[in-house]
Amino acid sequence: MKKFIVKRLGLALVSLFLLSLTIFLLMRITGDPAVLLAEPGASAADLDAIRAQFGLDRPLWVQYMSFITHLVRGDFGQSFYYRTDVFELYLSRLPASLLLASAAMTFSLLIGIPTGIIAAVRVNQWWDSVGKIFALLGLSMPSFWVGLIMILFFSVYLGWLPSSGSGTVLHLVMPAIALGWVFAATHMRLTRSSMLDVLGSEYVKLARLKGLPEALVIAKHALKNALIPVLTLAGINLVIMVNVSIVVETVFAWPGVGRLLFEGIAFRDFPVVQATVLLGGVMIVVVNLVVDILYAVIDPRIRYEG
Amino acid sequence: MNGSAANSPSASAILTLPRRLAAFRTEGFPLIPISILLTVMLVAIFANTLAPHNPEVGVLGDRFRPPAWQANGTLDHLLGTDHLGRDVLSRLIFGARISVIVGLTVILVAGFVGTALGIISGYLGRWVDQIIMRLTDAWLALPGVTFAIFLAAIVGPGVSNIIVILAAVYWTRYARIIRGEVLSVRERDFVRLAVVAGCSKWTIMRRHILPNVVNSAIVLATLQLGQAIIAEATLSFLGVGVPPPQPAWGLMLADGKKGLMAGYWWLTVLPGSCIMLMVLSANLLGDWLRVKFDPQLRQL
Repeated sequence: MKKFIVKRLGLALVSLFLLSLTIFLLMRITGDPAVLLAEPGASAADLDAIRAQFGLDRPLWVQYMSFITHLVRGDFGQSFYYRTDVFELYLSRLPASLLLASAAMTFSLLIGIPTGIIAAVRVNQWWDSVGKIFALLGLSMPSFWVGLIMILFFSVYLGWLPSSGSGTVLHLVMPAIALGWVFAATHMRLTRSSMLDVLGSEYVKLARLKGLPEALVIAKHALKNALIPVLTLAGINLVIMVNVSIVVETVFAWPGVGRLLFEGIAFRDFPVVQATVLLGGVMIVVVNLVVDILYAVIDPRIRYEG
Repeated sequence: MNGSAANSPSASAILTLPRRLAAFRTEGFPLIPISILLTVMLVAIFANTLAPHNPEVGVLGDRFRPPAWQANGTLDHLLGTDHLGRDVLSRLIFGARISVIVGLTVILVAGFVGTALGIISGYLGRWVDQIIMRLTDAWLALPGVTFAIFLAAIVGPGVSNIIVILAAVYWTRYARIIRGEVLSVRERDFVRLAVVAGCSKWTIMRRHILPNVVNSAIVLATLQLGQAIIAEATLSFLGVGVPPPQPAWGLMLADGKKGLMAGYWWLTVLPGSCIMLMVLSANLLGDWLRVKFDPQLRQL
């Protein structure tokens, strides 16, 4: 067990190292990082000052080492636009994104799990086809477009919901649906295939042979086990939601990290862009690591495979 | 033994070919999705002839004109005009060109690079495999769209930039899956025989491994076509993709936002429907191909 955790930890560290190296090198390959790190319209003297400040005249590996040591200390530089520490700025925006992601997750599970169960129980019947079409539609509509259509319908035509901003539960409804829509489709697909696996297993057959009512077999015996992979995926997806919410947050002017990233791009505030992307990657590597370890704790077979 | 081994594949091919063709007709052959994709491609190719107006030039006096069937609409602008008085139909037609070019080129480049790296990684193994797979993991750690936005913010907008960026983001999926397939193919007898016969590693990878994994690559590419189109639309919508005044569907949605609160629905509904229709068709075709050619991929 210890060996497994150490190995996975090592792999996660390698991933983080390569991630930071990729971002570091990309910034240097694609142009002069001083231009990216300088405020728009900076003079030649300003650029020289930035080169000196970030040591851009030093050998690449020395630069990378200082880049990393700054990151580890949580020093992502200063935002040009907000004139504050980028890491603090990120942390101040994170709660809004987490709230949105939680609401979107709730929506996606409320839709995805029941439809997935129905599709599995009534496999290859009418309901299953409806579910498949729903999932395909979910995967085929850009989330920002779903958002725009909802604004058109619920804000402009019906006047029921506010089109942008935050503060009340009503503000949360449309962004959560727009963000959760695609995930509802993936959760539905996974619930369906996971339920189908479980429904074909020996212990479900036994429960049926015992003469238990079908509803009880599904609810008590099948669902409990079928939901494990779905909830695991939901855990990972929650973190992914925080990091892909940029379009939805932009459409609804939601003040989270996605909006921060968008502002970073719009204002050419590069330290903000870099920090948001790096921290997003770190979050995803960490959550994958945690899930891997938890799975190994629950299921000893995994330890010997990896 | 020689004779039967040589005969049986061709005999089975003759037997199964009509059956396969019959299966194409009966088992949910995606006729509608393929027709839609072909139509979009034809529209993209003949955009110059089909479009009634110049997609990049508008008449300011004709701003926000609704589609022809609504009050105040004109037959001259069948699907209305946008905030600069540009013809929406013409922009949709030329937008198809950008979506088709970006979508196809991205899956071709990403598929080529990813498949090549997957084969190299799976066949050579050892440290080559370790390096390629760890790099794949690191790149997969970032959600595709976020990574693409980051790259686009560095490189700047432009159609060719988007293609390079999206290909750089999407090759990882191919590398991961193709590598897994290569691991099982390399243990098969014909590969071992080729090694004994003295074939070079390059020849084995190209002649013996590649034909056995190319199906999976094609299925993946079809499934990724839709994702690539959505990603391009997303980048354009955020202002880091196709630069204005070019007529990309994502860019049209960004422009359409300006008339959204005034209820100018056609600027939002129409470009989005085009994206959805094309992506849905690509997904349906990909799903069908997946079940048809590569049942093992069903997990994806």
